[in-house]
Amino acid sequence: MSILDSKIPEGHISKKWTDYKDHLKLVAPNNRPKIDVIVVGTGLAGSSAAASLGEMGYNVKAFCFQDSPRRAHSIAAQGGINAAKNYQNDGDSIFRLFYDTIKGGDYRAREANVHRLAEVSGNIIDQCVAQGVPFAREYGGLLDNRSFGGTQVQRTFYAAGQTGQQLLLGAYSALSRQIGLGRVKMYNRHEMLDIVKVDGKARGIIARNLVTGEIERHSAHAVIIASGGYGNVYFLSTNAMGSNVTAAWKIHKQGALFANPCFVQIHPTCIPVHGTNQAKLTLMSESLRNSGRIWVPKKKEDAEAIRAGKLKPTAIAEDDRDYFLERRYPAFGNLVPRDVASRAAKERCDAGYGIEANDTNEGVYLDFSSEIKSKGKQSAFAAGNHNPSEEEIITLGKKWVESKYGNLFQMYEKITDENPYETPMKIYPAVHYTMGGVWVDYNLQSTIPGCFVAGEANFSDHGANRLGASALMQGLADGYFVLPYTVSDYLANEIRTGAIATDSPEFDAAEQRVNDQINKFLNNNGTKSVDYYHKKLGLIMWNKVGMGRNEQGLKEAIAEIAQLKEEFHQNVYVPGTANEMNPQLEKAMRVADFIELGQLMAIDALQRKESCGGHFREEYQDAEGETLRDDENFKFVGAWEYKGDDINNEELHKEALNYEFIKIAARNYK
Amino acid sequence: MASKTININLKIWRQKNANAKGSMETYKLDNVSTDSSFLEMLDQLNEQLINERQEPIAFDHDCREGICGMCSLFINGEAHGPDRAVTTCQLHMRKFKDGETIYVEPWRAKAFPVIKDLVVDRSAFDRIQQAGGFVSVNTSGRTMDANAIPIPKHDADKAFEAAACIGCGACVASCVNASAMLFVSAKVSQMALLPQGKVEAKERVLNMVRTMDEEGFGNCTNTGACAVECPKEISLDNIARMNREFLKAAVTSEA
Ligand SMILES: Cc1cc2nc3c(=O)[nH]c(=O)nc-3n(C[C@H](O)[C@H](O)[C@H](O)COP(=O)(O)OP(=O)(O)OC[C@H]3O[C@@H](n4cnc5c(N)ncnc54)[C@H](O)[C@@H]3O)c2cc1C
Ligand code: SF4
Ligand code: FES
Repeated sequence: MSILDSKIPEGHISKKWTDYKDHLKLVAPNNRPKIDVIVVGTGLAGSSAAASLGEMGYNVKAFCFQDSPRRAHSIAAQGGINAAKNYQNDGDSIFRLFYDTIKGGDYRAREANVHRLAEVSGNIIDQCVAQGVPFAREYGGLLDNRSFGGTQVQRTFYAAGQTGQQLLLGAYSALSRQIGLGRVKMYNRHEMLDIVKVDGKARGIIARNLVTGEIERHSAHAVIIASGGYGNVYFLSTNAMGSNVTAAWKIHKQGALFANPCFVQIHPTCIPVHGTNQAKLTLMSESLRNSGRIWVPKKKEDAEAIRAGKLKPTAIAEDDRDYFLERRYPAFGNLVPRDVASRAAKERCDAGYGIEANDTNEGVYLDFSSEIKSKGKQSAFAAGNHNPSEEEIITLGKKWVESKYGNLFQMYEKITDENPYETPMKIYPAVHYTMGGVWVDYNLQSTIPGCFVAGEANFSDHGANRLGASALMQGLADGYFVLPYTVSDYLANEIRTGAIATDSPEFDAAEQRVNDQINKFLNNNGTKSVDYYHKKLGLIMWNKVGMGRNEQGLKEAIAEIAQLKEEFHQNVYVPGTANEMNPQLEKAMRVADFIELGQLMAIDALQRKESCGGHFREEYQDAEGETLRDDENFKFVGAWEYKGDDINNEELHKEALNYEFIKIAARNYK
Repeated sequence: MASKTININLKIWRQKNANAKGSMETYKLDNVSTDSSFLEMLDQLNEQLINERQEPIAFDHDCREGICGMCSLFINGEAHGPDRAVTTCQLHMRKFKDGETIYVEPWRAKAFPVIKDLVVDRSAFDRIQQAGGFVSVNTSGRTMDANAIPIPKHDADKAFEAAACIGCGACVASCVNASAMLFVSAKVSQMALLPQGKVEAKERVLNMVRTMDEEGFGNCTNTGACAVECPKEISLDNIARMNREFLKAAVTSEA
């Protein structure tokens, strides 16, 4: 038998979670204060988990590397959060959300996990509203919804373009309440740098105090990792600058399997790259595809003239525009899933129709002029003006757009110096989210007993492509509604353990590993900065393990990254000392892990000889350029086991995916 | 995007650690793209310093899209620099001229001690939140249906506008008294405007204001500088609302 036991409960899909939950073990309230739990990360997943476990009475220690838990990367999420509430009465249901998510993930996610997610989705909204999260509302005072890609219903709840902010501040308020009550101890500006195992079980972590540089030992009966995704392996991505894979990678090295690392989401609507000193890319929320239409010129000469600055997009006649998503996918139009939209944009730019005057001509338009007209007219009518002038319509239309997307339009203008109310936005795909992550079973437990993984850091719910507005849902579902049950079940066997000592040989060894790494970097005395290597890695990843992948490119990437790893360790220069705030040292340790992960991503992509979701192997496509899945040979989760310093030696374990309740089919958005 | 480059001079606050004495140091940086953000410019300077084997400048940042509230910086005498309604990470170099000398300092306030260079400790804000910036509801998910209580759109929108505060601390840094009134009033207002927050309104405002005072923030003398520099355009109306809430609470709790 494989070492991967997914622990999916028996029974009908709609009953599994309820029945299972009813039979999980509990820890009595008087025993909980004797049990310590560590939570690494205070994004939606970590904050909600820490708040819930603290509230239950466990002794919780929470960690984040920012100066406050409220600044976790979840804060940046823009567009919204899905829930099967069917408030809009458009036929939504738990089953439909479940089905859309499995299909959106191109049939590479686990049915039971995804159904559970859909089941608890409604509770998330109830919970958030009760906490005072100010979601957008309609005039009647009830909650408003919008549509996101890959669905034909309106199930996305939002707060302007700042949904992540409002949700995280909600979770942060719950966490703050527990901190105030003394049930959670918060460690800001701390970075977990290793996990400690005793008798095979997760028993604590080694963390570095980022202000003083001190290395600290923290013990616990269970460790929850909610450290976010690894998109920054590409250097340029929409992730926050500090987002990293270190916590996840360090547990991988200590025995947690890493699943589907090659499944990365490239988001279609981001602001194109402007220059070599660029540090990150900015997302323009998918919600904009509710109102914006994506196009490039039909004629190559128009595209050339635009790039040369001789032609303005607004001067191109309607008939000379190619609304390529509407053309190729009439049923879903501009709202096809992200992987499909991204590839379509790349196809047009590769064919020479790109409109951005950067090195690669990579850019397409996202145009709001149609929506401004139609919404302007609606607003005029709603205000009793049945004969509005063109000018009135445009003014009202712009107002409507501003009320929905104001902060995004402002952000765009600040970055590009162009006014998107007057001229279409320029956009291009960018790395955004990682579906792959630490392998977990139905309990969200990794292959290290007592080490649980939640949020973007695990692999569990989004298969080969995540649908928009589903990551926020997953983070809060994991933290509020799954972990409190499954972690308690695990802890039920720990009530007699007593406090875990930190002066054991296991803690000594883990601390030694951390100190060795720090000393190695600080004494390396190389010549190149950490960023120099990170950018190099990013370029290899983007060109060869990015939107289009093929056997030759992947083999080259594997070799190039192995080479880069050597150079990095020989020649990186890390200034400063260990006993102080040292951002370069922090970065060096993160990049070391990114390099190893990057190699594993290429190895995983090479192994997966099919195209599915965000993983597009150029060898496996149909006549129209759509993904060709190979269900016979690749309907599995690919989970990798660490086997020492040479990443080529990692061993693949396969968890077969069984679809009992959904008929697996080719994904069709036409 | 018509991109060009400029050469600039920088005067930047350097301070080794909390106990060290700091000073302004001078740097010269050439070939800065006007499309770069202010923080990308600092990245470029740091790369230059590293290559010259000097210690790079520490500054706080993370999301780089104006939402996490981690970036700070007092630039040419203004919190988050010369542009309006933006954070430092969204400030772009096209706002500066070729040959210009730019002054960069950390937030200055008793309640925000410097940790290193441009990095300050804002954990006082967290402690104010812990004192009452929440609704005391358990996380069971079994509260009541989200649509059970309709909330007038106007109130919901106002609550949202107050909730947009990113906790950056620019209001404190811009205030001659280093008052945190704008920050605290934004949270108090958000909750006061929503039915869910009304139940504990009294305890909330009293506890948050008490903690604010204990943390060493100054008094509000209505200069309004905070709202001018606030990157999220948090309105002074919130301070007025909090004062009303506070008075109401103080009066009734004495009774
Ligand atoms: C620009 C943008 C917009 C998005 N918009 C949407 C959207 O509209 N809807 C949607 O559903 N999803 C969206 N997403 C995706 C979604 O925001 C993320 O997937 C999700 O927020 C991740 O939450 P998390 O809790 O798993 O991790 P994060 O929020 O990334 O939190 C990670 C936490 O771990 C901590 N941490 C990490 N490593 C360590 C360590 N070694 N030691 C200590 N602490 C550590 C960090 O300090 C942080 O607190 C968006 C993503 C981006 C980039
Ligand atoms: S009120 Fe404005 S300036 Fe003050 S912390 Fe909030 S966002 Fe920053
Ligand atoms: S870095 Fe997040 S607001 Fe500036």
